[in-house]
Amino acid sequence: MATIETYHTPTSLDEAVRLLAAGQSTLLAGGTDLMPQSQAGMRLFEPRLINLRKITGLRGVTDRDGNVRIGALATVTDVLRNELLQDAAPILPAAADQFASDQVRNSATIGGNICNASPAGDMIIPFLLLDAEVELACWRDDALSTRRVPLCEFFAGPGQTTIDPDELLTAVVFAVPDARFVARFEKFGMRPALDIAVVSVGIGGVLDGGALTGARVAFGAVAPTPLRGRRTEAVIEGRAGDEAMIAEAVAQAAQEISPISDVRASAWYREELIRVLTGRVLRHVLQA
Amino acid sequence: MSCRLEINFTLNGRPVSAEVAVETNALAMLRDEFDLTGTKLGCGEGECGACTILIDGESVNSCLMFAVDCDGRDVTTIEGLMTEEGLSLLQKQFVEHGAAQCGFCTPGMLLQGAHLLHRDPDLSEEDIKRGLEGNLCRCSGYMKIVEAIADTAHKLKDGDTTDGQETTSKHDADDIKDPTGSADRS
Repeated sequence: MATIETYHTPTSLDEAVRLLAAGQSTLLAGGTDLMPQSQAGMRLFEPRLINLRKITGLRGVTDRDGNVRIGALATVTDVLRNELLQDAAPILPAAADQFASDQVRNSATIGGNICNASPAGDMIIPFLLLDAEVELACWRDDALSTRRVPLCEFFAGPGQTTIDPDELLTAVVFAVPDARFVARFEKFGMRPALDIAVVSVGIGGVLDGGALTGARVAFGAVAPTPLRGRRTEAVIEGRAGDEAMIAEAVAQAAQEISPISDVRASAWYREELIRVLTGRVLRHVLQA
Repeated sequence: MSCRLEINFTLNGRPVSAEVAVETNALAMLRDEFDLTGTKLGCGEGECGACTILIDGESVNSCLMFAVDCDGRDVTTIEGLMTEEGLSLLQKQFVEHGAAQCGFCTPGMLLQGAHLLHRDPDLSEEDIKRGLEGNLCRCSGYMKIVEAIADTAHKLKDGDTTDGQETTSKHDADDIKDPTGSADRS
């Protein structure tokens, strides 16, 4: 464990990104990943630890001009119980309900789950289905600067993102989907609670006359990053939801992934699960 | 030498302060600095719930929480669950139902149960089972625990908060009432 030399509790975004601009910082939000990773020596502390909790502006869920904004410090419980999201994007509370345990949900933050960049991250799949973007803030040239990055371009590998060292993820943003948008998410684990996904599959789109348009597919735990299934989307797009189409989508999904063997499952088993779950989730969406 | 900090917070209703190493978890602070050994270290990874405490009324795994993050907050451990009159209704129902076997998971079960009842006093048996997903009992006495929480909900609904007191033996109640737990540092 590297040594923490200073501890900071900024109360505003400006203060936080100015601290980050000085470099060599570890960010603390809920701590549910940072604590066990640091204790296991999987993650070394930088000399400064910055606790983000007191930045109240990074909390909350808002809806403005058809765009939903979820603050990075919103907890998974906040998402699970948010009425606005139940209405605008029920796939998010549905996925939050499969996240770890009540105790972990009460601490773990949305920003933390995204920045931890696990290929199996439970909240990432539904955000990919919503075509979400992440908002990144930094302090450059004596001013607060922000940019947005599509979530599907944010991940670089297991635990790796494209965020710059002086940037802070402040929010996840997405446009409220069409009223006919349907999405389903299924996670496969050995038990319903507290299990890291062996694989997960999410499929969404606008359901119109038995076909999906604007089809979106996302896979968890079968590639170095959470994966948007573009080629599977192309198979589904606008086609009648019959068995021939479903079989083709399932075959394409198995082609598109690159699973590995690890303690949770073999690559072979993961591919089998992707075939089964892609078919199942696609049928659920088409029958919604 | 790692950075140490003085923090101030409310612990079981009383204002306290502590000096902690910044990388320490809340569980280690509670057990080692405050001798509140009712909060148990099970897995140390947020899988078992034996270390469950309440922070500002919400249940969390104290093993996953940085101790410094307790600063300015309201912390409740099993030692703070009793009322002025003695055991809380939920604790009495655990005794009544025999919901403890080896007892190691019991503090976490009680705090998570208290949290679930506070969040939704009208909770169903299914809500209780889902709510306890993060608490493992390796004696597998789950049914009695679920029944004790469900019974507490019924009694709270009926406004009956005294039942069970007479049938709790004085000996048991006194044992549990000693919050310093001088004999037990498991």
